[in-house]
Amino acid sequence: MPVTAVLILAAGTFAIRIAGPLLRDRVTLPDKAREVISASATVLLLALVAVSALTNGKQFGGWALAAGVVVGGLAAWRKLPFVAVIVLAAATTAGLRLIGVA
Amino acid sequence: MRSIWRTLDAVLLRDVAAVALGAAVTGASFGAISVGSGLPWWMPVLMSLVIFAGGSQFMAVGIVAAGGSPAAAVLAGLVLNARHLPFGLAIGDVLGRSPLARIVGSHLLIDESTAFAMSQKDPARARAAYWACGVALFFSWNTGVLIGALAGQAIGDPMTFGLDAAFPAAMLALTLPALKDAATRNAALAGAAIALATTPFLPAGLPVLLALAGLVVFRTKKEEPCPSPQS
Repeated sequence: MPVTAVLILAAGTFAIRIAGPLLRDRVTLPDKAREVISASATVLLLALVAVSALTNGKQFGGWALAAGVVVGGLAAWRKLPFVAVIVLAAATTAGLRLIGVA
Repeated sequence: MRSIWRTLDAVLLRDVAAVALGAAVTGASFGAISVGSGLPWWMPVLMSLVIFAGGSQFMAVGIVAAGGSPAAAVLAGLVLNARHLPFGLAIGDVLGRSPLARIVGSHLLIDESTAFAMSQKDPARARAAYWACGVALFFSWNTGVLIGALAGQAIGDPMTFGLDAAFPAAMLALTLPALKDAATRNAALAGAAIALATTPFLPAGLPVLLALAGLVVFRTKKEEPCPSPQS
């Protein structure tokens, strides 16, 4: 991993990150477009949740992982505190792996 | 800046602390894995400071460790990080308007800070949540990476602790309020299905971007059919 590659990835990532806030200034968007853009962030976040809960990046990520996220999701839906959501999800997955569930 | 900290309440700080703790442990594993793959200890530390995007860091180190070229690692990392552009479009306002706030705030634009900002209705609270999460994770992630890089293989596998389930569960909890809106929910569910269906066939990062196609089912409140002279 050469330092140059690290710096190029860093610069590129920063350019991607600052592009959004800068573009927002340049164009005034109609309300409809603002709603779509706001929804797009939620769409991306839920897709990220789905991919990281159910896959290892290529194929099915295993029952222990999926079950942990489902338990965490149910806890969040039942309005349990956020910390409880995280602990329940991790504990479920860790517990299942401990007893041999992949 | 002071008004930001006044807006923060104990609950929000506790929630941010929980995510930051998870990031520290994941960071430690990143440091350990990097050193284990033959990199000097300062390399994962430098990566975490200047890139500050965990997924792309793991991927870059993994590609190079598997014999891939640095160019391939950079390209894969940029594809994985491309989702930050629409994130910035959606929540760019919470960063603040000064150039310094823009620059520092953009570096702190990560999945978690975006999700925390999106979970708040009130703009002042969204701003406070964004900065609190971004700053806390920057410190916890980098501290974790440094410890992991120095401790090396003594750090256990974060999968043993179920931390790979903690990240999606936390993001899901933060996304739930926005999913109450039926139009957003439909688009998000369609997008998630697209991302899952394409994951086996595409490089990491692209399936999540393709989820944006789910927006075709996004319909805001019924528009009045207005008679136009053209029709």
